[in-house]
Amino acid sequence: MVEGPVGEGLEARFGLHRGDDFRLELDLAISPGRTVALLGPNGAGKSTAVAAIAGLLQVEWGRIGLAGITLDDPDAGIYLPPESRKVGVVFQDYLLFPHLSVVENVAFGLRSRGMSRSDSLARAADWLTRLDLTGLEKRKPGRLSGGQAQRVALARALVTEPDLLLLDEPLSALDVTTRGELRRVLDRHLEDFPGPRLVITHDPVEAFLLADEVHILEEGVVTQWGTPDEIRLRPRTSYAADLAGSNLLFGRASAGLALVGSHHIHLAEHDIDGDVLLTIRPSAISLHRRPPEGSPRNMWETSIELIEDLGERTRVRTGAPLPLTAEVTAEASSTLCLAEGERIWLAIKATEIGVEPEDGRSSSG
Amino acid sequence: MGSRRLTIERRAVERARRPPVLLIVLAGIGFAVFAVPFIGLISRVPWTDLPELLASDLVIDALRLSMVTSLAATLVAVLIGVPLAWVLARLEFPGRSLVRGLVTLPLVLPPVVGGAALLFALGRRGLIGEPLNQATGLLLPFSTSGVVLANTFVAMPFLVITVEGALRNLDHRYEGAASSLGAGQWTVLRRVTLPMIGPSLVAGLVLTWARALGEFGATITFAGNLQGRTQTLPLAVFVALESDRDVAVALSLVMVVVSLAVLLVLRERWWKAL
Amino acid sequence: MILISLASVACNGGRDDVASASDFQGDLLVSAAASLTDAFSEIESGFEEAYPDVDVILNLAASSALREQILEGAPADVFAAANISNMEQVADAGEVTGEAEIFATNLLQIAVPAGNEAGVTGLDDFANEDLLIGLCAEDVPCGEFGREALASAGVTPAIDTDEPDVRALLTKIEVGELDAAITYVTDVMSAGGAVEGVNIPVEDNVVAEYPIATLAGARNPEAASAFVEFVLSDQGQAILSAHGFSSPDH
Repeated sequence: MVEGPVGEGLEARFGLHRGDDFRLELDLAISPGRTVALLGPNGAGKSTAVAAIAGLLQVEWGRIGLAGITLDDPDAGIYLPPESRKVGVVFQDYLLFPHLSVVENVAFGLRSRGMSRSDSLARAADWLTRLDLTGLEKRKPGRLSGGQAQRVALARALVTEPDLLLLDEPLSALDVTTRGELRRVLDRHLEDFPGPRLVITHDPVEAFLLADEVHILEEGVVTQWGTPDEIRLRPRTSYAADLAGSNLLFGRASAGLALVGSHHIHLAEHDIDGDVLLTIRPSAISLHRRPPEGSPRNMWETSIELIEDLGERTRVRTGAPLPLTAEVTAEASSTLCLAEGERIWLAIKATEIGVEPEDGRSSSG
Repeated sequence: MGSRRLTIERRAVERARRPPVLLIVLAGIGFAVFAVPFIGLISRVPWTDLPELLASDLVIDALRLSMVTSLAATLVAVLIGVPLAWVLARLEFPGRSLVRGLVTLPLVLPPVVGGAALLFALGRRGLIGEPLNQATGLLLPFSTSGVVLANTFVAMPFLVITVEGALRNLDHRYEGAASSLGAGQWTVLRRVTLPMIGPSLVAGLVLTWARALGEFGATITFAGNLQGRTQTLPLAVFVALESDRDVAVALSLVMVVVSLAVLLVLRERWWKAL
Repeated sequence: MILISLASVACNGGRDDVASASDFQGDLLVSAAASLTDAFSEIESGFEEAYPDVDVILNLAASSALREQILEGAPADVFAAANISNMEQVADAGEVTGEAEIFATNLLQIAVPAGNEAGVTGLDDFANEDLLIGLCAEDVPCGEFGREALASAGVTPAIDTDEPDVRALLTKIEVGELDAAITYVTDVMSAGGAVEGVNIPVEDNVVAEYPIATLAGARNPEAASAFVEFVLSDQGQAILSAHGFSSPDH
């Protein structure tokens, strides 16, 4: 069945094999102006998805359509090579050409599409100005900071005015101290791009904060999709639950201590001061009947607000002083005789708490 | 305490910087292995007769022919060796390791064997040479083209293995990035792949050219030895050694000077590029 | 070791037979012209049979190359050249002990590939631009003699290659890459069926004389003398004759 061109956005419903035992199946539609995140662990097939949509791999069945143009349709014998697709890709690690200067990198797409050298360099320079990169035109990519490289990669992808913006792990190459700030810069530029946007990531924070819609990819198959809230409230697989339940806390850090609301949390990271975003995976939180012995320095007594049975695991929402979501094995759950309304001791190792500097926000998202 | 620890550390650093004597001695011997023969050669140079010897037809013909054939062989190696390296690095096909082995065979084979093999394949009575000769009248042995072919056969493996290695080490996601930016396959090759392996390509070219310039065994076996047509510098040196030692030494000196000059210039350029 | 063997001769006294097999031992380095390859291999076997403790090592190359090696001090006990001039240069440098002796002569012959497809009949054909013609390099005896013969016949050859020695030249005839070359009668004979000979008339032909001598730098002078004697003996001459050489007496 060949569907006709639909709308202005991306329509991708396809499958392909990699190697002997890996198979990717994807079904997503993104309207212009919307951001979808494809979230999954390593080896889930995210890179394969990028390669297929960009045309670097040929799909085996299905159809990929973009802005009314069919990019792939093996049944109809259609395959558009990557250079003929209007897909702007910000690659993982950015892949800026090391032998070309910043402005030549940005002009590359225009030159390849036949624009004259002077015109393309002028247009590239405009984009560098737009992305706050003035003064770096002649620099080689090896001498850029992570944030600068990210924006150059973004400029290089956007300068050709693509119909789709594809971002593959746009923040993973950055160090933790700049990630928060650059995510917001990225968020702003995504807003400026009128077409559909697809963000590929393994980082739930990135997915939940950047995307309007999240698709969870596990072992080549989308196991769940929905708005970030839908995923977080009703995760359907243990991976989704692990990610979705992630506790995101905004606070202010100083000397290894973060103030969240009126509660202090000990951090392993002592060098970050100021506003921070803390992430705590539910499985990193342990529950105890009595005050636990040993090293955990983050430990307090709280109440059990809600218990959700996920099959092999049990999710527990705790109450004041700091509402959190914990997850324990079903076995531990029955040993502890958990029940809603009861008091329980909670412990988190400082090393299990993710910390990212954050500025401008203070309320928890 | 603090300052004492600092002195100890500094002393340790200094000790690490002073290289072991044995290493220097061995390195000196290593250098002597290269240097002593050249000193021997230079000690035999007939300086007073040198200008006259260098102006002789024999020397000028051999120098000209060596330059032409070694550069032509390098050019041929680029035209067919780089694509071969690309195929070996990028395409999976049955028998690839066999092909790779064959390509590197001339590196270990005595060049005379290579010359004989060329003769059996492309000689006038050769497997391909005979039908080729009958169809086109083309005759490779005893011709300047034959010299270029022998040089290419012996020297091209240097280009193929350096370029193949570089292509393997090249992160080919860059090429994907280039094509997603609208570059066709040739543009990707020209503007991304080749520039990114540039230093290895230059290294391979230099090695190939140097090997071609020094080629002797395959050339004399396949292409013979005739002044002005097939007698390159190494052949001229070999023949002259038996008749006129002064000419032989003069020819050798020309080879040493030319090779050294080119290698030094290229190396200088190359370092600057990095 | 030589002293010991001399002493034993002295003690036994009055032995009139030639030195016995046990008298010489060790390596014997013989530098011989490339055209002697096959004959000297057989002589090597014959000599080693007579003197089992001696190991003959043949160094076969163009006479001019051997001459250079000897003059540069490369170790050698015996020198067998394919022409007089190379031997003379070695002798002039004081590298020869005693007198060099002519042990064989050889004649030139035109060598053509089996079947003689090019139809070569004589030296005149060497002027034909359409044929592939090879000679030995000018400074190699076979090259020098070949040019002498061509000059005598009044032919200016259209040469396609100057091979560094007669064996290399003959190989190119064997595989059919050359149409004609000037080599020795002995070379044509040694190539068996792969090469045919076309005779050069006596008036143009050149008699190559092969001199042999022991060398001043010999490490094994006694064995060297014995080797030279063996080459000149009836047994040695028979081997040479079987390979197409003539005896100097004839």
